[in-house]
Amino acid sequence: MPRADTEQREPPAGSAVGALRSLGLGPRLLTSPAALTAFGSDALTAFHQRPEAVVLAETEQEVIDTVRLCHREGIPFVARGSGTSLSGGSVPVAGGIVIALNRLDRVLALDPDARTAVLQPGIINLDVSRAAAPHGLAYAPDPSSQSVCSLGGNVAFNSGGAHCLKHGMTSNHVLGVKAVLPDGEVVHLGSDSVEPIGPDWMGLFCGSEGLFGIALQITVRLIGVAESTRTALAVYETLESAGEAVARIVGAGMLPVAMEIMDALAIEAAEASVKPGYPKGAALLIVELEGEREEVGADAARLDELLRASGATQITSTEDPDERALIWQGRKSAFSAVGWLAPDYIVQDGVVPRTRLSEALARIGRMSAEAGIRVANVFHAGDGNLHPLILFDGSEDGAVVRAEELAADILRLCVELGGSITGEHGVAVEKRAFLSLMFSDDDLALMRRLRHAVDPAALANPGKMLEPAPAPA
Amino acid sequence: MTLLLDSIEAVAEAVREGPRVLPVGAGTKPALSSPPAGDVVALDVSGLRGIVEYDPAELTFTALAGTPVAEIEGALAQHGQHLPFDPPLRAAGATLGGVVASGTSGPGAFRHGGVRDFVIGVRFVEGTGRLVTGGGKVVKNAAGFDLPKLMVGSMGRLGVLVQLSFKVFPRPRATTTLAFELGSLEAALETVARLGHGPLELDALDLEPPGRVVVRLGGDPGALGARAERLAGLVGAAGPERLDGDRDAATWQAATELAWVPDGCRVVRAGLTPRSVPALDAALRAAGARTRYSLGANAAWIAWPDDPPLARLDAALAGLGLAGMVLTGPPDRQLLGAPRGGAFAARIRGALDPDARFPEA
Ligand SMILES: Cc1cc2nc3c(=O)[nH]c(=O)nc-3n(C[C@H](O)[C@H](O)[C@H](O)COP(=O)(O)OP(=O)(O)OC[C@H]3O[C@@H](n4cnc5c(N)ncnc54)[C@H](O)[C@@H]3O)c2cc1C
Repeated sequence: MPRADTEQREPPAGSAVGALRSLGLGPRLLTSPAALTAFGSDALTAFHQRPEAVVLAETEQEVIDTVRLCHREGIPFVARGSGTSLSGGSVPVAGGIVIALNRLDRVLALDPDARTAVLQPGIINLDVSRAAAPHGLAYAPDPSSQSVCSLGGNVAFNSGGAHCLKHGMTSNHVLGVKAVLPDGEVVHLGSDSVEPIGPDWMGLFCGSEGLFGIALQITVRLIGVAESTRTALAVYETLESAGEAVARIVGAGMLPVAMEIMDALAIEAAEASVKPGYPKGAALLIVELEGEREEVGADAARLDELLRASGATQITSTEDPDERALIWQGRKSAFSAVGWLAPDYIVQDGVVPRTRLSEALARIGRMSAEAGIRVANVFHAGDGNLHPLILFDGSEDGAVVRAEELAADILRLCVELGGSITGEHGVAVEKRAFLSLMFSDDDLALMRRLRHAVDPAALANPGKMLEPAPAPA
Repeated sequence: MTLLLDSIEAVAEAVREGPRVLPVGAGTKPALSSPPAGDVVALDVSGLRGIVEYDPAELTFTALAGTPVAEIEGALAQHGQHLPFDPPLRAAGATLGGVVASGTSGPGAFRHGGVRDFVIGVRFVEGTGRLVTGGGKVVKNAAGFDLPKLMVGSMGRLGVLVQLSFKVFPRPRATTTLAFELGSLEAALETVARLGHGPLELDALDLEPPGRVVVRLGGDPGALGARAERLAGLVGAAGPERLDGDRDAATWQAATELAWVPDGCRVVRAGLTPRSVPALDAALRAAGARTRYSLGANAAWIAWPDDPPLARLDAALAGLGLAGMVLTGPPDRQLLGAPRGGAFAARIRGALDPDARFPEA
């Protein structure tokens, strides 16, 4: 049920398309309605806005030239990597254009000794690890969308993934960014070194949701591939007890590389699509250990003890690469797999303190029952990052609104428990009305001042994160 | 002149009114925290002290910015936890706010990252005297701009830090250190590169030029012996020196406290790439500076002598495209070489401090 919900603006004076023709992009300037419609939404399909034009950039210079032209003509623009944002981040703005970066997908340099790589922003996340693999290296952040999402999108959202529990988020792996600011000025933030000196401008750029301009080159650090990996599956009779187990493992001072929970609905969806052959139960906890042989061996014994003590009814583990791959394929395809359960879903990604996971899950369960709306849970439990998938059928009267109300209640719950409205999917359009649950007027005023200082004309991804949300219809 | 402040309201007022200001904690990094000009007064925030909240089961804490790091480490140690990046100069009294504002991380940052990777929330008074909050208290959070990271390395010049939240890690249950004599800088760098590749996960990987490589292992006590043997085998150099127990602790304490820096030298922290080390090291030796490379040759602690002038180091770093931060000595310079940021830095600084209430670096 698409809605044009981004900020409505007056179309800019003169035609955006006319001005863009001067860039000489030929067929890489898309203007036909059919072609433009494909760029109207990201993975949060509730929001749709057809752009005026799409620039399929092939070089850095084309991106810079397009941004400069937009600045001169006052045309709003939205950068787009793979369009997998779950919060409306890459939805265009009315009267604006899309600058598509997916053709800028090259590895510019890779230094196996320094363990760094310089990449173009449109490169697919997984392709970075593929390029590093011959050197025994990998790029650590692994969003579930890693086979399709772009590194530029990851930087814009400071994306995470299952293995970020130990390794950290995108921002912890990006060393430097070359960016074009919204007025066309090109800057270098961060450096090639793991050790930053001076204010962390790069850290501010990361996670700024495209509001500070477009990343043209991204320098990342790579990590050595662990020599030993062991993945355990533990089954629980309730979702809350799986949450309790996570708190115990964290509290015991263990540092697994990943800790994920899937509930019965999510397991059912995964079995219907990828068929990972998970053990049956109300909740499944996946705990992965990685590192040196000796360390993993010692930790495995401690972990099994903790899992048994936490009331797991069944514990299995594997070190077989194919079995592991299937476990993770099941987990990472869970979002798309819920398509087997309901025609539509909204996914939230609020965070709660890990010590309150079990409480949060119990309350979400009650809220779901009270609302009469099914909620599947499949999430990064180790860092308290919930992913409730709210299932609905958009063709039913009022179903979207009811689902959105439940989603909003879940976000309020996360903040009430001391957490955050988003762990990794970002605020963008979807959660902009909720930022004030976490931040005061002064906090938000400062963020707006920062944005205004960098982009006074508000051309880069306007309508996202900091704009006041439109009044409810 | 120094203003002693012990409340957030007093900090806000001092930033709003009166002379220009520069916050100072314990003063362990005077090149950053002494007022550089006559019209700037020091705001002593060491009275803003104390742990506000520490939940060992959650592995997070919140403390006022003037809290000595040693006090925090003491509280964490009681629960087998720590800040794994070895905040420098903690025995000398370094405060949490000073560690964040200088962006300094010690040898332990090699394994899990530095101060920027552990700070999760910040409250600070910006240039118009308003108290603002960024980030939060949970280990993962993508809401709003990442102000906690921005304040890392801000040198007291983008705002006065008043409160910080951090995530912490379990302290390794046992540690040991091996030191290898490789004979030359080239051989030492080659070893550093090889070890950085894995498969061993090292807690610290330092290089004392010309050829000494010092490696720390941490983890399960039962596995440590076998891992140390593997490490020795990987390096292949004859007879590494094994430092256990107190000697292990003392080795890293000395590195963290910069105990090796000769009197009268100025301490400069530089960010490097391993490839830049040979050229930089030649320049440093020629100037008579002493150096310790850390984080797998990605950072240098430089003890720069009285003479030649610091401008020489500035030029050497700039020539290699590197940047450095001066930590001790008079506040004549803070950043050396080729720091990044350009127009972005200027605009963000202007928004945080529109009336230039803080001195510029
Ligand atoms: C099935 C599925 C699973 C997912 N799992 C995860 C997960 O586990 N963890 C997670 O964090 N996210 C996850 N996501 C969300 C999404 O994949 C991430 O947010 C991802 O980083 C978006 O990348 P993208 O290339 O698709 O970006 P887009 O959607 O194209 O863009 C996202 C935002 O980034 C901006 N942008 C894009 N490129 C640049 C650039 N070069 N410079 C500046 N701004 C830019 C855009 O303007 C937009 O605001 C998932 C999404 C799906 C559909």
